[in-house]
Amino acid sequence: MRKLGAMAATGAVLALALAAWTRQPPPPAQGGGTISGKVKFTGTKPVMPKIDMSEEPKCKAKYQGVPTDETVVVNANGTLANVFVYVKSGLPASYAAPAPAGPVTLDQDGCRYHPHVLGIQVGQALAIKNSDGILHNIKAKAKANRPFNISQPSVMTSNKTFDKPEVMVALECNVHGWMHAWLGVLPHPFFGVSGADGSFTLKGLPPGTYTIEALHEKYGTQTATVTVAGSETKTADFSFAGK
Amino acid sequence: MTERALLLRVTLVVAAGTVPLPAPRSLAAQDTTAGKRVYVKWCAGCHGDGGAGDGPAAAYMLPRPRNFTGGLYKIRTTASGQLPTDADLLRAIDEGLPGSAMPGWKGRLSQAERRDVMAYIKTFSSFFADTSQHVVPLKFSSPPGGGTGAAALKVGRQFYDSIGCRKCHGDQGRGDGPSAPTLKDDADFPIFAADLHQNWRFRGGGAVEDIYRRLRTGLDGTPMPSFADLIDQKFLTDEELWRLAQYVRSLGPAAPPDVRDVVHAPQIAGTVPVSPDDSMWARAARYWFPLVGQGIHKSRWFAPAVSGVWVQAVHDGRTLALRVSWDDRTESPDTAWLRFERRILETVAGDDSALPSHGAEPWPDQLAVQFPRRLPEGSGGMERPYFLMGGANDPVYQWRWTSSPRRALAGLARGIERFDTLPGAPAGQATYDHGEWRLVLTRALATPDTANEVQLEAGRAIPMAFFAWDGSSGEHGSRMAVSTWYFLALDRPTPPGVFISPVLAMLVTLTLGLVVVRRAQRRGARHIS
Repeated sequence: MRKLGAMAATGAVLALALAAWTRQPPPPAQGGGTISGKVKFTGTKPVMPKIDMSEEPKCKAKYQGVPTDETVVVNANGTLANVFVYVKSGLPASYAAPAPAGPVTLDQDGCRYHPHVLGIQVGQALAIKNSDGILHNIKAKAKANRPFNISQPSVMTSNKTFDKPEVMVALECNVHGWMHAWLGVLPHPFFGVSGADGSFTLKGLPPGTYTIEALHEKYGTQTATVTVAGSETKTADFSFAGK
Repeated sequence: MTERALLLRVTLVVAAGTVPLPAPRSLAAQDTTAGKRVYVKWCAGCHGDGGAGDGPAAAYMLPRPRNFTGGLYKIRTTASGQLPTDADLLRAIDEGLPGSAMPGWKGRLSQAERRDVMAYIKTFSSFFADTSQHVVPLKFSSPPGGGTGAAALKVGRQFYDSIGCRKCHGDQGRGDGPSAPTLKDDADFPIFAADLHQNWRFRGGGAVEDIYRRLRTGLDGTPMPSFADLIDQKFLTDEELWRLAQYVRSLGPAAPPDVRDVVHAPQIAGTVPVSPDDSMWARAARYWFPLVGQGIHKSRWFAPAVSGVWVQAVHDGRTLALRVSWDDRTESPDTAWLRFERRILETVAGDDSALPSHGAEPWPDQLAVQFPRRLPEGSGGMERPYFLMGGANDPVYQWRWTSSPRRALAGLARGIERFDTLPGAPAGQATYDHGEWRLVLTRALATPDTANEVQLEAGRAIPMAFFAWDGSSGEHGSRMAVSTWYFLALDRPTPPGVFISPVLAMLVTLTLGLVVVRRAQRRGARHIS
């Protein structure tokens, strides 16, 4: 009798394990195409307003000089940071990418969001972290998704997910009117953000012809059409002009 | 109408006998057809034909009418970002949203009409048709007892500070916190942090249960977040959140203020208090007078910042002291609020008058108290000058106080445009304290200029009206908050006879009674002997 029970238990465990294994997302496409490039900036670099953090001494103390607004960040090499670059169209209709298990983290540190621009997949957790230990509220002004507005008065992390693709969801803190972040929610993993050298990389693309969009919160969007085959790397550069 | 129409149609179809019964149309579809008629007639003027909150009247309002297209609602029983329940929507329709232009429709529309229009409003947002949306009302606990006790309020105050309420609502809760001048709603319109002392103007109701619910759900589309996660994250307990709600409730009066017509000024011994913070004011009765936007003369103003004034008055037989207190988020002019003021002026349309746009300027705060020049006489009864600052030939006597320069003047107003100062100004002392102005104006009851300056006679009904301006909301000139005529009555001291006569009467009664008893006793004694 006992033996039978043990066997049943083992069987159940095995069945569960099997079920878990079969539900695992397929491993990321090995190789695949790559699209990379740089986002250049031309024209006059705008002067970003200074942020007065005197109401929040804890945040103010985290800066040596006076922090400035992050709407336009031009890198030392003349490239533009914080540009969201993603595959807007071109993926086969059957393409399905399960959400990665790990979260994407948005940190509130020094009364600023880190990163300022970020991407996430539908269903993937967004871990919203308060490293400042002072009151922040996090409002997601989503339109396609349902919005939310929650408070974090101390060091803590809250998790949120998004059900539908949406580029971009505006995130803001109303306690600190200068705090803004932009979140791109996509049904696939082919997105990136131009960094401190202005470059971005989209990896593991299935062969095909894609519309790539580069989006900047102030300067709007630009698109490029890129065809990739096999595991080749194609270049797509963008250029935004200061106004 | 719907049920009867449906029945009629069914009857007809059945009677015809030849056509098969059509698939019954869902009741919801029927509702929205009737609801649309109600909506077009009663709602579209503010909320717009397409429900985007952009009807012809919308531009004059602050807060703006709800935009239904996003399915985003302030007052819900659901979690942050979730759709409201039907009951939530019906409550807003039935009761209205206090402190905004939205009236309650319970007495004006039938229950069926209110249900139908609710169903129609839901059609403006695709979220309501999205079956993946879970509309689940939260389960709310009941308030723990002792909510008005000092211990409970102390806990509530601790969390008021520790979860940062003061950042927007201010140290004393009048919506004057450091972040308040930067606030905007999801449509980028300027929005005020609620004045927690005026709970009767809370959109979702001012009861402690309402406040607790708003803390759990937040007010979607506004900067007010949900604090529900803090319970899950063990930052505070449900009971502590109740304590916070009870503390917030304690800031407002026990009941919404009654509007009484007459301010009674008792006569006091000694001299009248001239300081706004004299302890005597704590014992004097307070009278609430609501103010509304000046919508008669150009340039009109439909978004007054001062919702009303509290008035107290005493006199000492020679001098009147009038204390006017009102909530105002700013001690204007305040440069920290200049950008907010600009956003208000950009948001709220004045009217169609082509006034030059002054833009945001550092206007002062102002308050005016208005009287007729002379008390109404004779059988004419209560003939009073035009309430809105008199007219060219029928001026009114006014006291005008400004925060900058800090002074009080007396003068004659001949309409909104013209004010001629008189030499005899009232004495004015004002305190600004955490979002509240407290102003005491004093003047002799009798003055030499009896032609122009009202003579404040005891025992008479003295007409009185109020006007207020918040400079940091762009208010100046005709852009102001106004009241109608009310009355001031200076009570006469009670004559000593009032106190002595009852005692005398009692003594006489007692003596007479004793005499009667004595006589009866004597008579009785004689009979026995």
